[in-house]
Amino acid sequence: MSNDDMTIKPLSKLHEILLNGEFAVTGECGPPRGANREVIAKKAGLLKGFIDAVNVTDNQTAIVRMSSIAGAVHLIEAGLEPVMQMVVRDRNRIALQSDILGAYSMGIRNILCLSGDHQSFGSQPDALNVFDIDSLNLVRTVKDMRETGKDMSGFELDIAPAMFIGAAANPFADPFEYRVLRLAKKIDAGVDFIQTQCIYNMARFKQWIKMAREEGLTEKVYILGGVTPLKSAGMARYMNNKVAGMDIPDEIIKRMGSVPKEDAIEEGMKICLETIAELKELDGVSGVHIMAIEWEEKVGEIVKRAGLKK
Amino acid sequence: MIVGEQKPIKEIMESVAPYKRVLILGCGTCVKTCFAGGEDEVEVLASALRLAFKTKKQRSIEIEELTIERQCENEFIQEAAAGIGRNDVVLSLACGAGVQAMAERFPAAPVLPGVNTTFIGIQDRPGIFSERCSGCGDCGLARFGGICPVTRCSKKLLNGPCGGSQNGKCEVDPSIDCAWHLIIERLTELGQLDNLKTYIPPKNWQTSTSGGPRKLVREDQII
Repeated sequence: MSNDDMTIKPLSKLHEILLNGEFAVTGECGPPRGANREVIAKKAGLLKGFIDAVNVTDNQTAIVRMSSIAGAVHLIEAGLEPVMQMVVRDRNRIALQSDILGAYSMGIRNILCLSGDHQSFGSQPDALNVFDIDSLNLVRTVKDMRETGKDMSGFELDIAPAMFIGAAANPFADPFEYRVLRLAKKIDAGVDFIQTQCIYNMARFKQWIKMAREEGLTEKVYILGGVTPLKSAGMARYMNNKVAGMDIPDEIIKRMGSVPKEDAIEEGMKICLETIAELKELDGVSGVHIMAIEWEEKVGEIVKRAGLKK
Repeated sequence: MIVGEQKPIKEIMESVAPYKRVLILGCGTCVKTCFAGGEDEVEVLASALRLAFKTKKQRSIEIEELTIERQCENEFIQEAAAGIGRNDVVLSLACGAGVQAMAERFPAAPVLPGVNTTFIGIQDRPGIFSERCSGCGDCGLARFGGICPVTRCSKKLLNGPCGGSQNGKCEVDPSIDCAWHLIIERLTELGQLDNLKTYIPPKNWQTSTSGGPRKLVREDQII
């Protein structure tokens, strides 16, 4: 991401949209706990026409699901562009590289490199984890494949995958001061775009973006702010207390609780739309990542009401 | 030190049940310090087993007690030879290395483990032990302010914390300190936070267990 962006050949549709300076919209699709491709097709139908690319999660919360590669391929077949999530929890460097080659051969052009939720959160906490390399190492690996055409051993690949590389950032995790340094490190490792943890604490997010801007980081990476519409005060409280790295301020929880139960969904929607409106105006933010977890039918409404024309 | 924990009495009883004469063999170094297999634990376990067999199994069991300095060193192992000869089985309260050393040295005697070897660690305060070292064979503590992310980060991350740490605690369990929180605090104190800007390449695990069973050869010490 630099001034001569116009001369860069886009690696994916998502990359092209960001290169064009459009406000990008990405969504999320969790693959099924089973081999039913119709689940993906149904979710794709709900998202199509509203978003630029869809993240396919990789055994999120350490629960066995259809692989993100397969999910991503089903999305391509449904006419959507996937962002394949890949965690370093379950595969060593050999398997990760192999799957990246396979994914690219299947037409997958975006990757999101993650550490992954610890297996103790999942349904099989007795599993052995891997963590052979970390998420930054994975970013660097994909970048090196793209730039040098070689795998981690230095072997020249027949066709090297050229993927648009993403990573996550959590401006709300501690220690706060280190979060910008960590972002810089991800950029140095080769990340092209960042999707953030769900934003409810806008003050803290703004502070993080300001610090990133001051370090010149927003010139080097596309940042997509994460949003998740809340359904109820109970959900807000649960997420705040139980979901790792989540920060939902008291005033948001109170606001969700201040309306009659039947109006809570609309209140959650309003909060989400207000957040998107602020993100659109925020210098250094290139798009929004809508994580409507198992609530894909809501994405179209969010996009329409937020005026994110697609 | 190597930290271990005595196996549940039920499991120990099941493992010694087929035998009549049992030598409970303690180890006087690491497992003594962590109250798992020293002289005192040998004595308590022997009494417990005698009592349990008398009341539950309706039969008596002959138990001999012995504790040697270190079951992992040949020099001390020999002291157990006579006791092993007098009994049908050895219930070793040493760590896994000690149990295996005994089994190698006395191939005719069945050796049973009475302790679960848990980790290389320290005693934080009396009765509280925690892990410090994974024995990865390539120590990087100099970079991390003396705090090991390979061992103390639940995800073995070498390039900084994941997104799950809050209030200095690990996402896995609030009783676990986030290693990266500690590293950042320590490096800030030392004025070395810039250390963390350096990209750490993928770790070479060949020196760890993924290179197969490890062996250390010291030519200068070979006689």
